[in-house]
Amino acid sequence: MYKIDTQNVDFYYGDFHALKNISMQISPNTSVAFIGPSGCGKSTFLRLFNRMNDLIPGTKLEGKIYIDERNIYDKSENVDRLRKNVGMVFQKPNPFPKTIFENVAYGLRVNGVKDQSYIEETVVKTLQQVVLWDEVKDKLKESAFALSGGQQQRLCIARALAISPSILLMDEPTSALDPISTGKIEDLIHQLKEQYTIVIVTHNMQQAARVSDKTGYFYLGELIEYGDTRKIFTNPEKESTQNYITGRFG
Amino acid sequence: MKVIDQEIASLKNSVSEMWSLVRQQLFNAGEAMLSGDKELAYKVISRERRVNAFELKIDSDCEDIIALYAPVAIDLRFVLAMYKINTNLERLGDFAESIARFAGNLPDGEPVDPDLIKETRVQVMLQELLEMLALAQEAFEKEDSEIASRIFLKDNLVDEINVASSKIIANYIESHPGSALIGLYMSGVIRKMERFGDHCTNIAEELIFYLDAKVMKHMGKADPKA
Repeated sequence: MYKIDTQNVDFYYGDFHALKNISMQISPNTSVAFIGPSGCGKSTFLRLFNRMNDLIPGTKLEGKIYIDERNIYDKSENVDRLRKNVGMVFQKPNPFPKTIFENVAYGLRVNGVKDQSYIEETVVKTLQQVVLWDEVKDKLKESAFALSGGQQQRLCIARALAISPSILLMDEPTSALDPISTGKIEDLIHQLKEQYTIVIVTHNMQQAARVSDKTGYFYLGELIEYGDTRKIFTNPEKESTQNYITGRFG
Repeated sequence: MKVIDQEIASLKNSVSEMWSLVRQQLFNAGEAMLSGDKELAYKVISRERRVNAFELKIDSDCEDIIALYAPVAIDLRFVLAMYKINTNLERLGDFAESIARFAGNLPDGEPVDPDLIKETRVQVMLQELLEMLALAQEAFEKEDSEIASRIFLKDNLVDEINVASSKIIANYIESHPGSALIGLYMSGVIRKMERFGDHCTNIAEELIFYLDAKVMKHMGKADPKA
Protein backbone atom coordinates (compact mmCIF):
# COMPACT_ATOMS: atom_id res chain seq x y z
CA MET A 1 0.00 0.00 0.00
CA TYR A 2 1.33 3.40 -0.95
CA LYS A 3 1.28 6.25 1.54
CA ILE A 4 0.80 8.78 -1.24
CA ASP A 5 -0.41 7.81 -4.69
CA THR A 6 -0.91 10.46 -7.36
CA GLN A 7 -2.49 9.50 -10.64
CA ASN A 8 -2.32 11.62 -13.78
CA VAL A 9 -2.29 14.90 -11.91
CA ASP A 10 -2.64 18.12 -13.87
CA PHE A 11 -2.80 21.45 -12.09
CA TYR A 12 -3.58 24.93 -13.40
CA TYR A 13 -3.14 28.44 -12.02
CA GLY A 14 -5.80 30.06 -14.20
CA ASP A 15 -4.59 29.33 -17.75
CA PHE A 16 -1.10 28.39 -16.66
CA HIS A 17 -0.57 24.64 -16.85
CA ALA A 18 1.68 24.20 -13.80
CA LEU A 19 1.75 20.40 -13.45
CA LYS A 20 1.45 18.00 -16.33
CA ASN A 21 0.19 14.45 -15.98
CA ILE A 22 2.14 13.53 -12.88
CA SER A 23 1.86 10.05 -11.44
CA MET A 24 3.99 9.22 -8.44
CA GLN A 25 3.85 6.63 -5.69
CA ILE A 26 5.45 7.19 -2.30
CA SER A 27 5.85 4.31 0.13
CA PRO A 28 5.33 4.71 3.89
CA ASN A 29 8.31 5.69 6.06
CA THR A 30 10.46 6.89 3.23
CA SER A 31 11.88 10.32 2.56
CA VAL A 32 11.37 11.72 -0.90
CA ALA A 33 13.04 14.84 -2.27
CA PHE A 34 11.69 16.99 -5.08
CA ILE A 35 14.33 18.86 -7.05
CA GLY A 36 14.25 21.06 -10.11
CA PRO A 37 14.80 24.66 -11.20
CA SER A 38 12.60 27.47 -9.85
CA GLY A 39 9.11 27.42 -11.29
CA CYS A 40 9.26 23.73 -12.22
CA GLY A 41 6.23 22.87 -10.10
CA LYS A 42 7.84 20.98 -7.24
CA SER A 43 6.39 23.18 -4.46
CA THR A 44 3.01 23.26 -6.19
CA PHE A 45 2.98 19.47 -6.27
CA LEU A 46 4.00 19.27 -2.62
CA ARG A 47 1.23 21.63 -1.57
CA LEU A 48 -1.36 19.44 -3.24
CA PHE A 49 -0.76 16.79 -0.58
CA ASN A 50 -2.38 18.86 2.17
CA ARG A 51 -4.59 20.93 -0.14
CA MET A 52 -2.73 24.15 0.52
CA ASN A 53 -3.38 25.19 -3.08
CA ASP A 54 -7.13 25.26 -2.34
CA LEU A 55 -6.49 28.66 -0.79
CA ILE A 56 -5.35 30.11 -4.13
CA PRO A 57 -8.23 31.41 -6.28
CA GLY A 58 -8.49 30.28 -9.90
CA THR A 59 -6.66 26.98 -9.51
CA LYS A 60 -7.87 23.70 -10.97
CA LEU A 61 -6.83 20.12 -10.31
CA GLU A 62 -7.33 17.14 -12.59
CA GLY A 63 -6.37 13.58 -11.72
CA LYS A 64 -6.42 11.80 -8.38
CA ILE A 65 -4.37 12.04 -5.21
CA TYR A 66 -4.72 9.27 -2.65
CA ILE A 67 -3.29 9.32 0.85
CA ASP A 68 -3.70 6.09 2.79
CA GLU A 69 -5.94 5.02 -0.11
CA ARG A 70 -8.37 7.93 0.44
CA ASN A 71 -8.93 10.36 -2.38
CA ILE A 72 -8.05 13.57 -0.57
CA TYR A 73 -9.90 15.72 -3.12
CA ASP A 74 -13.11 13.79 -2.69
CA LYS A 75 -16.02 16.04 -1.70
CA SER A 76 -16.50 14.06 1.50
CA GLU A 77 -12.90 14.62 2.60
CA ASN A 78 -12.46 16.75 5.72
CA VAL A 79 -9.59 19.15 5.06
CA ASP A 80 -8.88 19.73 8.77
CA ARG A 81 -8.56 16.01 9.27
CA LEU A 82 -6.26 15.81 6.23
CA ARG A 83 -3.99 18.59 7.52
CA LYS A 84 -3.82 16.92 10.92
CA ASN A 85 -2.44 13.87 9.17
CA VAL A 86 -0.20 15.80 6.77
CA GLY A 87 1.98 18.29 8.65
CA MET A 88 3.96 20.99 6.92
CA VAL A 89 7.14 22.95 7.56
CA PHE A 90 7.97 26.01 5.50
CA GLN A 91 11.06 27.71 4.16
CA LYS A 92 11.25 30.36 6.86
CA PRO A 93 10.72 29.35 10.45
CA ASN A 94 7.32 30.76 11.38
CA PRO A 95 6.78 30.29 15.10
CA PHE A 96 3.64 31.85 16.53
CA PRO A 97 4.08 34.91 18.76
CA LYS A 98 3.69 32.69 21.80
CA THR A 99 5.92 30.91 24.25
CA ILE A 100 8.01 27.93 23.20
CA PHE A 101 5.65 25.64 25.11
CA GLU A 102 2.51 27.14 23.59
CA ASN A 103 3.87 26.86 20.06
CA VAL A 104 4.04 23.09 20.40
CA ALA A 105 0.83 22.84 22.44
CA TYR A 106 -1.09 24.99 19.95
CA GLY A 107 -2.08 22.21 17.56
CA LEU A 108 -3.33 20.05 20.40
CA ARG A 109 -5.40 22.89 21.86
CA VAL A 110 -7.06 23.84 18.55
CA ASN A 111 -7.86 20.17 18.08
CA GLY A 112 -9.78 20.22 21.33
CA VAL A 113 -7.30 18.52 23.67
CA LYS A 114 -7.93 19.80 27.19
CA ASP A 115 -6.02 17.31 29.31
CA GLN A 116 -3.12 19.49 30.57
CA SER A 117 -0.95 16.57 31.65
CA TYR A 118 -1.32 14.98 28.18
CA ILE A 119 -0.43 18.31 26.58
CA GLU A 120 2.65 18.71 28.78
CA GLU A 121 3.72 15.14 28.13
CA THR A 122 3.31 15.60 24.37
CA VAL A 123 5.21 18.90 24.33
CA VAL A 124 8.16 17.34 26.17
CA LYS A 125 8.13 14.21 24.03
CA THR A 126 7.93 16.19 20.79
CA LEU A 127 10.67 18.62 21.76
CA GLN A 128 12.85 15.62 22.59
CA GLN A 129 11.95 14.06 19.26
CA VAL A 130 13.26 17.09 17.37
CA VAL A 131 16.38 17.18 19.56
CA LEU A 132 15.49 20.59 20.96
CA TRP A 133 14.53 19.66 24.52
CA ASP A 134 17.98 20.06 26.08
CA GLU A 135 18.31 23.53 24.56
CA VAL A 136 14.90 24.87 25.65
CA LYS A 137 13.86 22.92 28.74
CA ASP A 138 14.73 25.82 31.05
CA LYS A 139 12.98 28.48 28.97
CA LEU A 140 9.72 26.95 27.89
CA LYS A 141 7.85 30.07 28.93
CA GLU A 142 10.04 32.39 26.92
CA SER A 143 9.00 33.70 23.52
CA ALA A 144 9.76 31.41 20.59
CA PHE A 145 11.28 34.43 18.86
CA ALA A 146 14.15 34.31 21.37
CA LEU A 147 15.39 31.13 19.71
CA SER A 148 17.93 31.02 16.87
CA GLY A 149 16.67 30.40 13.31
CA GLY A 150 17.69 26.75 13.43
CA GLN A 151 16.01 26.26 16.81
CA GLN A 152 12.87 28.01 15.55
CA GLN A 153 12.73 25.64 12.58
CA ARG A 154 13.05 22.60 14.85
CA LEU A 155 10.32 24.14 17.00
CA CYS A 156 8.12 24.41 13.92
CA ILE A 157 8.81 20.75 13.15
CA ALA A 158 7.86 19.91 16.74
CA ARG A 159 4.67 21.93 16.34
CA ALA A 160 3.82 19.95 13.22
CA LEU A 161 4.59 16.61 14.90
CA ALA A 162 2.70 17.32 18.13
CA ILE A 163 -0.64 16.46 16.54
CA SER A 164 0.67 13.08 15.36
CA PRO A 165 0.66 13.37 11.59
CA SER A 166 1.89 10.44 9.51
CA ILE A 167 3.26 12.61 6.70
CA LEU A 168 5.55 15.61 6.99
CA LEU A 169 5.89 18.01 4.07
CA MET A 170 8.93 20.26 4.08
CA ASP A 171 9.20 23.13 1.64
CA GLU A 172 12.86 24.15 1.53
CA PRO A 173 13.12 23.78 5.30
CA THR A 174 16.77 24.79 5.58
CA SER A 175 17.21 27.45 2.93
CA ALA A 176 17.15 30.18 5.59
CA LEU A 177 19.51 28.36 7.95
CA ASP A 178 23.27 28.22 8.47
CA PRO A 179 25.17 24.98 7.72
CA ILE A 180 25.24 23.78 11.35
CA SER A 181 21.49 24.24 11.77
CA THR A 182 20.97 22.65 8.35
CA GLY A 183 22.99 19.64 9.46
CA LYS A 184 20.82 19.26 12.56
CA ILE A 185 17.61 19.37 10.52
CA GLU A 186 19.03 16.83 8.07
CA ASP A 187 20.00 14.49 10.91
CA LEU A 188 16.49 14.95 12.24
CA ILE A 189 14.96 14.02 8.88
CA HIS A 190 16.93 10.77 8.99
CA GLN A 191 15.52 9.96 12.41
CA LEU A 192 11.98 11.01 11.61
CA LYS A 193 11.63 8.89 8.52
CA GLU A 194 11.54 5.84 10.79
CA GLN A 195 8.12 7.04 11.92
CA TYR A 196 6.88 9.39 9.23
CA THR A 197 6.72 9.70 5.48
CA ILE A 198 8.69 12.80 4.58
CA VAL A 199 8.48 14.79 1.36
CA ILE A 200 10.97 17.60 1.03
CA VAL A 201 11.35 20.25 -1.63
CA THR A 202 14.89 21.50 -1.85
CA HIS A 203 16.99 23.70 -4.07
CA ASN A 204 20.07 22.14 -2.56
CA MET A 205 20.80 19.06 -4.62
CA GLN A 206 23.38 17.80 -2.17
CA GLN A 207 20.72 17.97 0.52
CA ALA A 208 18.38 15.86 -1.61
CA ALA A 209 21.22 13.37 -2.01
CA ARG A 210 21.94 13.30 1.72
CA VAL A 211 18.45 13.01 3.14
CA SER A 212 16.21 11.20 0.71
CA ASP A 213 15.56 7.61 -0.25
CA LYS A 214 13.91 8.65 -3.49
CA THR A 215 14.23 11.75 -5.62
CA GLY A 216 11.89 13.29 -8.17
CA TYR A 217 13.27 15.72 -10.73
CA PHE A 218 10.75 18.23 -12.07
CA TYR A 219 11.10 20.48 -15.09
CA LEU A 220 8.50 22.80 -16.63
CA GLY A 221 5.70 21.11 -14.72
CA GLU A 222 6.67 17.59 -15.69
CA LEU A 223 8.10 14.86 -13.55
CA ILE A 224 11.12 14.03 -15.66
CA GLU A 225 12.55 11.27 -13.48
CA TYR A 226 11.64 9.64 -10.19
CA GLY A 227 13.66 6.88 -8.60
CA ASP A 228 16.11 5.77 -5.94
CA THR A 229 18.28 8.70 -4.88
CA ARG A 230 21.45 6.61 -5.24
CA LYS A 231 20.51 5.83 -8.82
CA ILE A 232 19.51 9.41 -9.66
CA PHE A 233 22.80 10.78 -8.31
CA THR A 234 25.08 8.14 -9.80
CA ASN A 235 23.41 7.11 -13.02
CA PRO A 236 20.24 9.03 -13.91
CA GLU A 237 18.16 7.69 -16.79
CA LYS A 238 17.48 11.04 -18.44
CA GLU A 239 20.00 13.46 -19.87
CA SER A 240 17.96 16.38 -18.54
CA THR A 241 18.32 15.03 -14.96
CA GLN A 242 22.03 14.57 -15.45
CA ASN A 243 22.45 18.10 -16.76
CA TYR A 244 20.54 19.50 -13.78
CA ILE A 245 22.26 17.57 -11.01
CA THR A 246 25.70 18.21 -12.48
CA GLY A 247 24.97 21.94 -12.54
CA ARG A 248 25.17 22.21 -16.33
CA PHE A 249 21.64 23.48 -16.52
CA GLY A 250 19.02 25.10 -14.34
CA MET B 1 26.06 9.70 14.66
CA LYS B 2 25.85 11.64 11.42
CA VAL B 3 24.81 9.72 8.35
CA ILE B 4 28.16 10.17 6.60
CA ASP B 5 29.86 8.74 9.71
CA GLN B 6 27.63 5.69 9.51
CA GLU B 7 28.42 5.27 5.82
CA ILE B 8 32.15 5.62 6.46
CA ALA B 9 32.02 3.11 9.34
CA SER B 10 30.16 0.67 7.12
CA LEU B 11 32.71 1.11 4.31
CA LYS B 12 35.54 0.58 6.78
CA ASN B 13 33.94 -2.67 7.96
CA SER B 14 33.59 -3.94 4.41
CA VAL B 15 37.21 -3.13 3.55
CA SER B 16 38.35 -4.77 6.77
CA GLU B 17 36.40 -7.93 5.99
CA MET B 18 37.86 -8.04 2.48
CA TRP B 19 41.32 -7.55 3.94
CA SER B 20 40.91 -10.54 6.27
CA LEU B 21 39.62 -12.64 3.41
CA VAL B 22 42.60 -11.75 1.18
CA ARG B 23 45.04 -12.54 4.00
CA GLN B 24 43.38 -15.91 4.46
CA GLN B 25 43.52 -16.50 0.70
CA LEU B 26 47.25 -15.84 0.57
CA PHE B 27 47.89 -17.97 3.64
CA ASN B 28 45.92 -20.91 2.20
CA ALA B 29 47.45 -20.51 -1.26
CA GLY B 30 50.94 -20.57 0.27
CA GLU B 31 50.10 -23.63 2.37
CA ALA B 32 48.70 -25.39 -0.70
CA MET B 33 51.85 -24.63 -2.70
CA LEU B 34 54.27 -25.72 0.02
CA SER B 35 52.41 -28.88 0.98
CA GLY B 36 50.87 -29.81 -2.38
CA ASP B 37 47.41 -29.79 -0.79
CA LYS B 38 45.17 -29.61 -3.85
CA GLU B 39 41.94 -29.49 -1.91
CA LEU B 40 43.13 -26.35 -0.16
CA ALA B 41 44.19 -24.94 -3.51
CA TYR B 42 40.71 -25.49 -4.97
CA LYS B 43 39.19 -23.83 -1.90
CA VAL B 44 41.27 -20.72 -2.59
CA ILE B 45 40.27 -20.74 -6.25
CA SER B 46 36.62 -21.05 -5.35
CA ARG B 47 36.78 -18.28 -2.73
CA GLU B 48 38.25 -15.84 -5.22
CA ARG B 49 34.67 -15.07 -6.26
CA ARG B 50 34.03 -13.68 -2.79
CA VAL B 51 36.99 -11.33 -3.15
CA ASN B 52 35.58 -10.14 -6.48
CA ALA B 53 32.15 -9.62 -4.92
CA PHE B 54 33.72 -7.50 -2.17
CA GLU B 55 35.48 -5.42 -4.80
CA LEU B 56 32.22 -4.65 -6.59
CA LYS B 57 30.41 -3.80 -3.35
CA ILE B 58 33.18 -1.52 -2.08
CA ASP B 59 33.45 0.24 -5.45
CA SER B 60 29.72 0.87 -5.37
CA ASP B 61 29.79 2.05 -1.75
CA CYS B 62 32.60 4.52 -2.50
CA GLU B 63 30.71 5.82 -5.50
CA ASP B 64 27.57 6.29 -3.42
CA ILE B 65 29.36 8.13 -0.62
CA ILE B 66 31.00 10.52 -3.07
CA ALA B 67 27.77 11.10 -5.01
CA LEU B 68 25.43 11.43 -2.03
CA TYR B 69 27.47 12.91 0.80
CA ALA B 70 30.15 14.96 -0.99
CA PRO B 71 32.85 14.07 1.55
CA VAL B 72 35.63 16.60 2.19
CA ALA B 73 39.01 16.67 3.97
CA ILE B 74 39.77 13.43 5.86
CA ASP B 75 36.45 11.89 4.79
CA LEU B 76 37.30 12.49 1.14
CA ARG B 77 40.83 11.12 1.57
CA PHE B 78 39.37 8.09 3.33
CA VAL B 79 36.96 7.30 0.51
CA LEU B 80 39.59 7.87 -2.20
CA ALA B 81 42.06 5.69 -0.30
CA MET B 82 39.49 2.92 0.18
CA TYR B 83 38.67 3.03 -3.52
CA LYS B 84 42.30 2.42 -4.41
CA ILE B 85 43.02 -0.02 -1.60
CA ASN B 86 40.02 -2.00 -2.80
CA THR B 87 41.61 -2.35 -6.25
CA ASN B 88 44.91 -3.40 -4.71
CA LEU B 89 43.26 -5.97 -2.44
CA GLU B 90 41.41 -7.43 -5.40
CA ARG B 91 44.69 -7.82 -7.29
CA LEU B 92 46.19 -9.49 -4.23
CA GLY B 93 43.25 -11.88 -4.30
CA ASP B 94 44.08 -12.64 -7.96
CA PHE B 95 47.71 -13.36 -7.06
CA ALA B 96 46.64 -15.71 -4.28
CA GLU B 97 44.43 -17.49 -6.76
CA SER B 98 47.34 -17.80 -9.22
CA ILE B 99 49.53 -19.38 -6.54
CA ALA B 100 46.67 -21.76 -5.71
CA ARG B 101 46.31 -22.67 -9.40
CA PHE B 102 50.02 -23.47 -9.52
CA ALA B 103 49.52 -25.76 -6.50
CA GLY B 104 46.39 -27.27 -8.05
CA ASN B 105 48.27 -28.09 -11.28
CA LEU B 106 51.14 -29.93 -9.61
CA PRO B 107 51.32 -33.62 -10.55
CA ASP B 108 49.48 -35.79 -8.03
CA GLY B 109 51.68 -36.87 -5.14
CA GLU B 110 54.53 -34.65 -6.29
CA PRO B 111 54.77 -31.52 -4.19
CA VAL B 112 57.33 -28.88 -5.08
CA ASP B 113 60.87 -30.08 -4.43
CA PRO B 114 61.77 -28.93 -0.88
CA ASP B 115 65.27 -28.03 -2.13
CA LEU B 116 63.77 -25.60 -4.64
CA ILE B 117 61.62 -24.06 -1.92
CA LYS B 118 64.59 -23.72 0.38
CA GLU B 119 67.00 -22.34 -2.21
CA THR B 120 64.57 -19.79 -3.64
CA ARG B 121 63.49 -18.72 -0.11
CA VAL B 122 59.91 -18.64 -1.38
CA GLN B 123 58.64 -19.60 2.08
CA VAL B 124 60.44 -16.61 3.62
CA MET B 125 58.98 -14.43 0.91
CA LEU B 126 55.50 -15.74 1.63
CA GLN B 127 55.91 -15.09 5.34
CA GLU B 128 57.10 -11.57 4.65
CA LEU B 129 54.09 -10.86 2.44
CA LEU B 130 51.68 -12.15 5.05
CA GLU B 131 53.34 -9.88 7.60
CA MET B 132 53.12 -6.92 5.26
CA LEU B 133 49.44 -7.54 4.72
CA ALA B 134 48.82 -7.97 8.45
CA LEU B 135 50.78 -4.83 9.22
CA ALA B 136 48.82 -2.85 6.66
CA GLN B 137 45.55 -4.10 8.14
CA GLU B 138 46.72 -3.16 11.62
CA ALA B 139 47.66 0.33 10.40
CA PHE B 140 44.25 0.62 8.78
CA GLU B 141 42.29 -0.52 11.80
CA LYS B 142 44.32 1.51 14.31
CA GLU B 143 44.53 4.46 11.90
CA ASP B 144 48.28 4.63 12.49
CA SER B 145 50.47 5.87 9.66
CA GLU B 146 53.67 4.97 11.52
CA ILE B 147 52.69 1.29 11.32
CA ALA B 148 51.91 1.75 7.62
CA SER B 149 55.35 3.22 6.96
CA ARG B 150 57.05 0.03 8.24
CA ILE B 151 55.71 -1.82 5.21
CA PHE B 152 58.10 -0.08 2.81
CA LEU B 153 61.17 -1.59 4.46
CA LYS B 154 59.68 -5.06 4.42
CA ASP B 155 59.22 -4.89 0.66
CA ASN B 156 62.99 -4.67 0.22
CA LEU B 157 63.45 -8.28 1.33
CA VAL B 158 60.72 -9.42 -1.06
CA ASP B 159 62.47 -7.65 -3.93
CA GLU B 160 65.82 -9.12 -2.94
CA ILE B 161 64.44 -12.68 -2.96
CA ASN B 162 62.84 -12.07 -6.33
CA VAL B 163 66.05 -10.73 -7.90
CA ALA B 164 68.05 -13.68 -6.59
CA SER B 165 65.51 -16.26 -7.70
CA SER B 166 66.17 -16.17 -11.47
CA LYS B 167 69.69 -17.49 -11.19
CA ILE B 168 68.72 -20.05 -8.56
CA ILE B 169 65.90 -21.38 -10.71
CA ALA B 170 68.07 -21.44 -13.85
CA ASN B 171 70.65 -23.51 -11.99
CA TYR B 172 67.90 -25.78 -10.66
CA ILE B 173 66.53 -26.41 -14.16
CA GLU B 174 70.01 -27.19 -15.45
CA SER B 175 70.58 -29.73 -12.71
CA HIS B 176 66.99 -31.14 -12.78
CA PRO B 177 66.04 -31.23 -16.51
CA GLY B 178 62.94 -33.30 -15.74
CA SER B 179 61.60 -30.53 -13.49
CA ALA B 180 62.04 -27.64 -15.90
CA LEU B 181 58.32 -26.93 -15.97
CA ILE B 182 58.06 -26.77 -12.17
CA GLY B 183 61.06 -24.45 -12.16
CA LEU B 184 59.39 -22.12 -14.67
CA TYR B 185 56.13 -22.16 -12.74
CA MET B 186 58.00 -21.35 -9.53
CA SER B 187 59.66 -18.46 -11.31
CA GLY B 188 56.20 -17.17 -12.27
CA VAL B 189 54.94 -17.54 -8.71
CA ILE B 190 57.88 -15.62 -7.29
CA ARG B 191 57.35 -12.84 -9.78
CA LYS B 192 53.71 -12.65 -8.75
CA MET B 193 54.76 -12.54 -5.12
CA GLU B 194 57.08 -9.68 -5.88
CA ARG B 195 54.15 -7.81 -7.42
CA PHE B 196 52.14 -8.74 -4.34
CA GLY B 197 54.70 -6.86 -2.25
CA ASP B 198 54.40 -3.85 -4.54
CA HIS B 199 50.63 -3.82 -4.04
CA CYS B 200 51.17 -3.92 -0.26
CA THR B 201 53.37 -0.84 -0.52
CA ASN B 202 50.69 0.83 -2.68
CA ILE B 203 48.23 0.14 0.12
CA ALA B 204 50.62 1.63 2.68
CA GLU B 205 50.94 4.74 0.49
CA GLU B 206 47.17 5.09 0.36
CA LEU B 207 46.91 4.71 4.14
CA ILE B 208 49.47 7.46 4.67
CA PHE B 209 47.63 9.67 2.18
CA TYR B 210 44.39 9.09 4.07
CA LEU B 211 45.82 9.56 7.58
CA ASP B 212 48.49 12.24 7.07
CA ALA B 213 47.53 13.78 3.71
CA LYS B 214 51.06 12.98 2.47
CA VAL B 215 51.68 11.74 -1.06
CA MET B 216 54.24 8.92 -0.90
CA LYS B 217 53.94 7.73 -4.48
CA HIS B 218 57.00 7.61 -6.72
CA MET B 219 59.29 8.51 -3.82
CA GLY B 220 61.67 5.68 -4.70
CA LYS B 221 62.65 2.66 -2.69
CA ALA B 222 63.24 2.83 1.05
CA ASP B 223 66.80 1.73 0.39
CA PRO B 224 68.37 3.05 -2.84
CA LYS B 225 70.57 -0.04 -3.10
CA ALA B 226 67.55 -2.35 -3.19
